[in-house]
Amino acid sequence: MTLYIHELKRGKPALIIWTAVLSFMLGLCILIYPEMAAQIDEVSAIFSDMGSFSAAFGMDQLSFGEFGGYFGIECGNTLGIGGGLFAALLGISALAQEEGDRTAEFLLCHPVSRMYVFRQKLAAVLTRILIHNLLVAVLSLGAMAVIGESLGAKTLLLLFGSYTLMELEIACLTFALSAYLRKNSLAIGLALAMGLYFGNLLSNLVEELKFLKYLSPYAYTDPAYILNEGSLPWKYLLTGAVLSIIALTPAAIHYRRKDIL
Amino acid sequence: MNAIETKQLTKFYGCHRAIEAVDLEVAEGDFFGFIGPNGAGKSTTIRTLLGFLRPTSGEARIFGKAVGGNQPDILSDIGYLPSESGYYDKMKVSELLKLSAELRRKDCRQEGKLLCERLDLDPTRKIRELSLGNRKKLGIICALQHKPRLYILDEPTSGLDPLIQKEFYSILQERNRDGATVFLSSHVLSEIGRYCKTAAVISKGSILACDRVEKLGHRDVKRVILRGVEKLPQIPHGRDLHLEGDTLRFLYSGDGKSLLSHLSQINFEDLTITDPDLEEIFLHYYAKEAEA
Repeated sequence: MTLYIHELKRGKPALIIWTAVLSFMLGLCILIYPEMAAQIDEVSAIFSDMGSFSAAFGMDQLSFGEFGGYFGIECGNTLGIGGGLFAALLGISALAQEEGDRTAEFLLCHPVSRMYVFRQKLAAVLTRILIHNLLVAVLSLGAMAVIGESLGAKTLLLLFGSYTLMELEIACLTFALSAYLRKNSLAIGLALAMGLYFGNLLSNLVEELKFLKYLSPYAYTDPAYILNEGSLPWKYLLTGAVLSIIALTPAAIHYRRKDIL
Repeated sequence: MNAIETKQLTKFYGCHRAIEAVDLEVAEGDFFGFIGPNGAGKSTTIRTLLGFLRPTSGEARIFGKAVGGNQPDILSDIGYLPSESGYYDKMKVSELLKLSAELRRKDCRQEGKLLCERLDLDPTRKIRELSLGNRKKLGIICALQHKPRLYILDEPTSGLDPLIQKEFYSILQERNRDGATVFLSSHVLSEIGRYCKTAAVISKGSILACDRVEKLGHRDVKRVILRGVEKLPQIPHGRDLHLEGDTLRFLYSGDGKSLLSHLSQINFEDLTITDPDLEEIFLHYYAKEAEA
């Protein structure tokens, strides 16, 4: 547990900043809803009538006139992009940063195995994501209470749960990449997160690219599906879990054997 | 039992040879110096011993246990000081020492405090505020505070002022007297000559010589000084000939009879033949290797 606790302490400032910024943005989105609702007919018509753009973001299937639709699209994108980037940054820097900052030698000269380091660091990354999402959800619920809106416990659980799972998958994928890198390459992590995000948008637009939904964790944060079906798209979720395991297993084997330069 | 043993230890980075066929035996309780210029393979050897690098071929053992096997078990006996290491800069010295102790599951508070006092390091300071020398002290304390059986120290005194260097070696000697093995790399020959019992010379990834420090100086090379010499003579097997005024100095690596035979043909007033100091031996090995 020593390394796990050390990692949580070390990651506390970033966790606080990202949680504060995302909660603020999300809170702001929620708090301006009453203003938006006043002009809802006009806004709804504009957003649902933007052709491919509307389809890409699922705006053709949700109504801006309802808080659920508004929250799913506006807040979902904020949480999707922001949370995805946060998860990517945590994952990509977890192992590679030790080598880049030359702290790997300090760490690995102690009587700990590489697998211990891999497991504890992964657990710390996933824990930070869980804490981050829990805090964002609580603060968002607070903002909803202020404007007197709610989506019901099940819908909220599914929405916030889907973003948490999406972030966990991105963290697993970037963490796995981190095992192969020798220095902290934030750009690679951010590019991967953005690639997955836009991959999902493209899959909404182009029929031939529907298969990207199986690769992108953003596929199971689709607010239209969650709100209309009242459940998560389990087939994408399952693929995501399998992808994470497939990425992490060879990464663990590689990290166990890699030269620490 | 040997504290360290390597057999034909070889490490290539792609096509680049870092070390090749390194055979080392460091007896338990020894104070062993590992001498070599920058890029000779000292750090690669050390990093392979610690399991950071996987050898291309050959094997290494620490207290009889194969490196790469149960590494945590091996590392629990080792205190390691890297030549250059990063630390978690936002932490305080005391926090890093605590983390190091916790990773070893040992209570090192007493020893850590004592070492901070002896090496004059303020445990309340932030690591990012530390000078190079103070960072080195921090590394030393991390390597020493858990009182391991084996100390592996890579260029331990670079950046330390002379007073702290003296204190550091004094601590190492105390630990060595208590039975611990010390293995340190350096290119500061005077350190090796003064403190080590045994030394190995490494260059271009290969061990050139390994022996008791005093015996290394008795190898097949002598420092010859002639006074009253008028001109620079030709001395077969003579190396590094310098004529300053009427004093001729050179290193001689042939047999004694031949030396006397050559000297009999030169006019001189006074002759001194001594063992060269470690620095001269060191240069001699490199010169021999360059010729080869």
